[in-house]
Amino acid sequence: MKKKTEGRVLSRKCLAPGIFDLEIETCLAADAKAGQFVGVYTKDASALLPRPISICGVSDDKKSIRLVYRVAGKGTEEFSHLKEGDDVTLLGVLGNGYDTEKIKTLGNSDTPVRALLLGGGIGVPPMLELSKELSAAGVKVISVMGYRNSDTFLLDEFKKYSDTYVASEDGSVGTKGNVLDAVRENGIDFDCICACGPMPMLRAIKEFAGEKTAFISLEERMACGVGACLGCVVKTAHEDPHSHVKNARICTDGPVFEASEVEI
Amino acid sequence: MIKTEVTIAGVTFKNPVMEGSGTFGSGMEYSEFVDLNRLGAVVTKGVANVPWPGNPTPRVCEVYGGMLNAIGLQNPGIEVFCERDLPFLSNYDTKVIVNVCGRSVEDYIEVVERLSDEPRADMLEINVSCPNVKEGAIAFGTDPSALSNITKEIKAHTKKPVIMKLTPNVTNIAEMAKVAEDAGADAISLINTITGMKIDIERRKFALANKTGGMSGPAIKPIAVRMVYQASHAVKIPVIGMGGIATAEDAIEFMMAGATAVSVGMMNFVNPYATVECVEGIEDYLERHGITNINEIIGCVE
Ligand SMILES: Cc1cc2nc3c(=O)[nH]c(=O)nc-3n(C[C@H](O)[C@H](O)[C@H](O)COP(=O)(O)OP(=O)(O)OC[C@H]3O[C@@H](n4cnc5c(N)ncnc54)[C@H](O)[C@@H]3O)c2cc1C
Ligand SMILES: Cc1cc2nc3c(=O)[nH]c(=O)nc-3n(C[C@H](O)[C@H](O)[C@H](O)COP(=O)(O)O)c2cc1C
Ligand code: FES
Repeated sequence: MKKKTEGRVLSRKCLAPGIFDLEIETCLAADAKAGQFVGVYTKDASALLPRPISICGVSDDKKSIRLVYRVAGKGTEEFSHLKEGDDVTLLGVLGNGYDTEKIKTLGNSDTPVRALLLGGGIGVPPMLELSKELSAAGVKVISVMGYRNSDTFLLDEFKKYSDTYVASEDGSVGTKGNVLDAVRENGIDFDCICACGPMPMLRAIKEFAGEKTAFISLEERMACGVGACLGCVVKTAHEDPHSHVKNARICTDGPVFEASEVEI
Repeated sequence: MIKTEVTIAGVTFKNPVMEGSGTFGSGMEYSEFVDLNRLGAVVTKGVANVPWPGNPTPRVCEVYGGMLNAIGLQNPGIEVFCERDLPFLSNYDTKVIVNVCGRSVEDYIEVVERLSDEPRADMLEINVSCPNVKEGAIAFGTDPSALSNITKEIKAHTKKPVIMKLTPNVTNIAEMAKVAEDAGADAISLINTITGMKIDIERRKFALANKTGGMSGPAIKPIAVRMVYQASHAVKIPVIGMGGIATAEDAIEFMMAGATAVSVGMMNFVNPYATVECVEGIEDYLERHGITNINEIIGCVE
């Protein structure tokens, strides 16, 4: 059941310049999984729409969620000032999330499935919960995370669940270039890809995946977040079963899509 | 016992609270949040004779106190609507108002005729803000003679009560209301969105792919209240008021301005419980003020 509900900030950290980490106690944690997101409301009555932020973590007791976000404007600026004990209004849990069961079927049966997780910039946080869920499901996880420069975040935590590689645009850490440059440089082999990041990166990944299945997490401007307004669509390869046109709603039919199913 | 029923063109609604077309899908999405049985009516997303793919993205953006949208009336077409959405709504004890869009008079007529044998469609709401492709893409609702013509044509092709949904993008709303009434409309609803624009100054780009979009939300409410007041005083047919309604107080303000019923639009996105909270808040207000029949407050402001 989706809800609009009050959560309570348990902790707030700054992970890198402009990147913040909130742990929020909320009943939404009970149903949350990797790839899903919540809408976070501002307290500013002029900025009405919920801000979509991905689930970066779900606590083991399923009582709190973790959101890692970049200050990008009015709303995220406000959220960066939240402190322990503050209330925060959430809409959730939204979106489909990654299909772990399907990912488990994508290898050959003798060896564990090898999932390659690619995160770029603010696409890194949702990959963390996914690496945790997949490794718990017996999937071999390889994470390649891309950053602008040496201001990396969450890397140590990826190492708990996966073989972890890094790329940076300026070459200050790991491979110089993007995540695909790092995949090639390290000769990484894989059965499927899960990716979140800026559109040019996702386009390159769709092309790179070739015959292999790639799941990509998309972003679009949203209003309702629940599939009612048709604001957040992506063009699809086939007629969508809900809309009956070649358009799917990112907030409900996604944000995770098989790359071959969407025209990006 | 407080009476909250209102009647429009012979259809009785258990209370005056509905939602704005396009902000509630066909009810399914928000049925997770609110009990649709509590609503006076569900007003469905605009539906055309054939599926429409809508506009490119970005289709929505936030503005101060509201939002702009240029969805482009994406819809699955009347066949899917009748096979999927109307049967879903049959599970609920609420009235169903089907919002209709088209690019030519013939498009509208096709939809209206298809709905004639659908018992679940209690009323039709005709969105005349769509571009009239045949007449050079001006909206049907901005030209009095086009509005008169389409109203008459639709009335001639259906027995169901017809609500003409007026656009605020006109100079004289009272005149447009009168035109709709004279052409046979059973009711009018207003306001649709106000055409706006937003520019992203960092990227030197329009915020919407369509450049312009319709503004909705609390920031437009005073304009909407004024137009509902002017329109309802120009005609005898009932008026359904909307534009920025978030709370029961807002809803009551529209009713006092002259609306027989009200719709919650984009505020559903901000508070998915807004419709039912309006229903409950109106009941509280009536009780607090010792009003036994909601009809007493309609147009009561001097
Ligand atoms: C499914 C999804 C998951 C996301 N997950 C994360 C995450 O985990 N961490 C993170 O830092 N960011 C994430 N984003 C991007 C985040 O939603 C925006 O950065 C945020 O909405 C900006 O809000 P603002 O008020 O600070 O910016 P403003 O520019 O003031 O926002 C104005 C309006 O535009 C919308 N908006 C602005 N940028 C975006 C954007 N990139 N995508 C969608 N809407 C936008 C806002 O929601 C708001 O309605 C995600 C976006 C989507 C669609
Ligand atoms: C995303 C969105 C989609 C809409 N789609 C339609 C539509 O299909 N048909 C229609 O007549 N009005 C449509 N409207 C207009 C609303 O029904 C309403 O008239 C308007 O938004 C003003 O009310 P509000 O400020 O409460 O949102 C839409 C509005 C929004 C925000
Ligand atoms: S944001 Fe409304 S449909 Fe996705």
